[in-house]
Amino acid sequence: MQWEVVIGLEIHTQLATRSKIFSGSSTAFGAEPNTQASLIDLGMPGTLPVLNRRAVEYAVRFAKAIGAELGERSVFARKNYFYPDLPKGYQISQFELPIVGRGQVEIVLEDGSVKTIGVTRAHLEEDAGKSLHEDFHGMTGIDLNRAGTPLLEIVSEPDMRSAKEAVAYARKIHQIVTWLGICDGNMQEGSFRCDANVSVRPLGEEKLGTRTELKNINSFRFLERAIDYEIGRQIDVLEDGGRIVQETRLYDAERDETRSMRSKEEANDYRYFPDPDLLPVVLDEAFIAEATRDMPELPDARRVRFQEQHGLSAYDANVLTATRAQADYYEVVVAVCGDAKLAANWVMGELAGALNKAGRSIEDCPVPAPALGGLLARILDDTISGKIAKQVFEAMWAGEGDADTVIEARGLRQITDSGAIEALVDEVIAANPQQVENYRNADPARRPKMIGFFVGQVMKKSQGKANPQQVNALLREKLGG
Amino acid sequence: MHHKTLAELSAGLAAGEFSSVELTRHFLERIRAHDERLNSFITVTEEQALAQAKAADARRAAGEAGPLTGIPLAHKDIFCTLDVRTSCGSRMLDNFVSPYDATVVERLADAGMVMLGKTNMDEFAMGSSNETSYYGPVRNPWDIERVPGGSSGGSAAAVAARLTPAATGTDTGGSIRQPAALTGITGLKPTYGRCSRWGMIAFASSLDQAGPMARTAEDCALLLSGMAGFDPRDSTSAERPVDDYLAALDRPLDGLKVGLVREFMAQDGLHSGVAAATEAVLDELKRQGAEVVEVSLPHAYLSVPAYYVVAPAECSSNLSRFDGVRFGHRCDDPKDLEDLYKRSRSEGFGAEVKRRILIGAYALSAGYYDAYYLKAQQVRQLIAQDFCAAFEQVDLIVSPTAPDVAFPLGAKTDDPVAMYLQDIYTIAVNLAGLPAISIPAPAADGLPTGFQMIGNHFDEARLLNVAHRIQQATDWHEQAPEGF
Repeated sequence: MQWEVVIGLEIHTQLATRSKIFSGSSTAFGAEPNTQASLIDLGMPGTLPVLNRRAVEYAVRFAKAIGAELGERSVFARKNYFYPDLPKGYQISQFELPIVGRGQVEIVLEDGSVKTIGVTRAHLEEDAGKSLHEDFHGMTGIDLNRAGTPLLEIVSEPDMRSAKEAVAYARKIHQIVTWLGICDGNMQEGSFRCDANVSVRPLGEEKLGTRTELKNINSFRFLERAIDYEIGRQIDVLEDGGRIVQETRLYDAERDETRSMRSKEEANDYRYFPDPDLLPVVLDEAFIAEATRDMPELPDARRVRFQEQHGLSAYDANVLTATRAQADYYEVVVAVCGDAKLAANWVMGELAGALNKAGRSIEDCPVPAPALGGLLARILDDTISGKIAKQVFEAMWAGEGDADTVIEARGLRQITDSGAIEALVDEVIAANPQQVENYRNADPARRPKMIGFFVGQVMKKSQGKANPQQVNALLREKLGG
Repeated sequence: MHHKTLAELSAGLAAGEFSSVELTRHFLERIRAHDERLNSFITVTEEQALAQAKAADARRAAGEAGPLTGIPLAHKDIFCTLDVRTSCGSRMLDNFVSPYDATVVERLADAGMVMLGKTNMDEFAMGSSNETSYYGPVRNPWDIERVPGGSSGGSAAAVAARLTPAATGTDTGGSIRQPAALTGITGLKPTYGRCSRWGMIAFASSLDQAGPMARTAEDCALLLSGMAGFDPRDSTSAERPVDDYLAALDRPLDGLKVGLVREFMAQDGLHSGVAAATEAVLDELKRQGAEVVEVSLPHAYLSVPAYYVVAPAECSSNLSRFDGVRFGHRCDDPKDLEDLYKRSRSEGFGAEVKRRILIGAYALSAGYYDAYYLKAQQVRQLIAQDFCAAFEQVDLIVSPTAPDVAFPLGAKTDDPVAMYLQDIYTIAVNLAGLPAISIPAPAADGLPTGFQMIGNHFDEARLLNVAHRIQQATDWHEQAPEGF
């Protein structure tokens, strides 16, 4: 039987506000347990939540970025359940009236085609604390530093048909929220968490199959593997005549498998109802204008502009707009050196390679964008060759200063004095009589290849500094034929 | 000294007739002497009170005293008080020492008031007789075999017995007004949002409101001036200036239009003496130039059932935080998490609280939400619209506060519905978020009765004004229980 896979994602993005969604406590990661938990975060009797305005602004920005409807009036609701790391015995979330309504994003598939994925809704909510089981023998420790951290939960339509599409969608959402600066995107620290709803159905069948929800996925790689594992498991069950149970399954990265956590029968009745401690959020035009005033140019728009304005290929434009920092960096390099294509090659080539090797992000690149632009300008004005530029770049990376400083200090300025080059050419010709004779006797069609030997010798003698075009021209002239 | 009203004490302090320390000692002495019979206090904070009194006297000496500086009061034990046990009348919080002050507590302390202690109350404010308290029932100073009403029964009894000049209370369905009526004092439930709920342990968040309890409307005006106002820590508190309640007190009542609720007077179970008392107050209003007409609140009969869905629903969620994990009662030697939850809560909560948590959880559960919670909210809208329509015809709406006088201890404890009907005249006001005051009316069967006046939103100044005018011309509020 041919099976069709149906996937929807629920993505929890931690909003990059300084304080929590309903209290003034800091949201900084990694503090000593319970040092960032106020009376409100502890759920002390008599305490009340006050909504963080910035969290609402961030949700509004996200709505604008995915072309979503903004709920004119959204309502916070209580999701009631008992757990030790949930201090109030309920989580403040949004249920019937979320702040962000229906929107969509576009993802680029492997074959280069574009697919639209629907976003059903996104709602604001508070995170729970953490239960620490390891360090307390026979007991559980509770750390409430994370309790009350603002989350925007982004729920997709079941529009994805493979693990790869799901990953492309998750990456797209990741790109948007980090691009907007509303989430730091750090998956290891849990700032960006994906739950996947996965089901399969016979190809051509309209009715959706029973789904399972996969949790505990903290990287894009694991997202793909967890979904692929789950697809395989479900198909095996169905083909063996079994039936899929609606349940939550945890992904175990070490064993690369999903395991049942709880079934629907055991699921809580959350008894949602509007939180009487909080007023409905009513967004007026002025608030929306204020929240979106400093919205950056969005990744898709910027990609198209890069193609049109800088004459880049779709592929290059896509790579360069993967993150806002990279796109910003690139545009500074172009502005300084003036050559968009050369800048693209360097940012995607030499620079990306060096960053990758050093395990650094472009945000803490030791060679700032204006400096790289300055280096490329020296290639363009023939001060150095592209090959020498790589040496200069390495020196700049090592902190030896800007391009001009390195070129001067290391004496790498290109030799363009034709007299000096001619002397070198003469020396090489004199020192290699056999090769000269072979060249002159060769079929003219083969000569362009053979000249490489002489160019190499001249460049070697000049320690790479001779202008390669001039060397070529002089050699052709002197070798004749 | 204890027969003086708060306003008279304020004048006495200003005139140097006595100091705050003397005043405070006097009331602490009265609590020691009389409260064993009443059980109106859960905690008496003698040391802190004397320290606050000393500070108040110093403040007065420095010329920085306000009208409330140096005056003792008691707080209902639902208000969080820094470093003082805040029990909410429950075993669950018997060991809970609050790490912070409620806004109401903080504001009155900033005004220089002296806290004598924390008053007894129905557990988590759930009750109309003060019999659900973990600390035992409060007794009515008019007849110690009778209840003082609830849930602010401790505050009411203490004020009525002159153990404190004034007290704070909270009113979710009548918890200030009904005990005020049953003990012969004056109690005001302000408009929802007028006083901050920060630090007031929540029962039903959309209905709870703090208010003053004292012997006169003037005293309530003084207290409310110190309590009310916007608080950024409470998103539901109203961001509007506080009226000058004192300045409005003496306005004459000519042309005032008062609406008597027809349905309330026709209610089964209305004590004839209470009805007569209501008529007597109406006569006084007419005598002062007010016009009395009948108004209708056609949906008011639904207020008790709607309330007993909304309030338990909110309470079932509000009380989830009492789980034995971070504060409050924790059972001994829990086997596992579920055991910890079950036993801590089973042991910590009393029967009435459990009943309401169960009702509320049921009303919110999947499949019943629409039929109960949503329907109750719709009823709430209808009741609010009834009031809106009535306020197009009249300035104030009036009725008895409670259908009966104080009943004997234990008379209704086995019949929750009979108990719930105690609040039949007061609950609609909370559902609509309106302000209302209960003032003493003529006694019936030798026991106090209450007259309720309901105002439009934020019309506290008018309620206090009309109440004050009535009290200027009558002596119903001056009656004191014998033996205290």
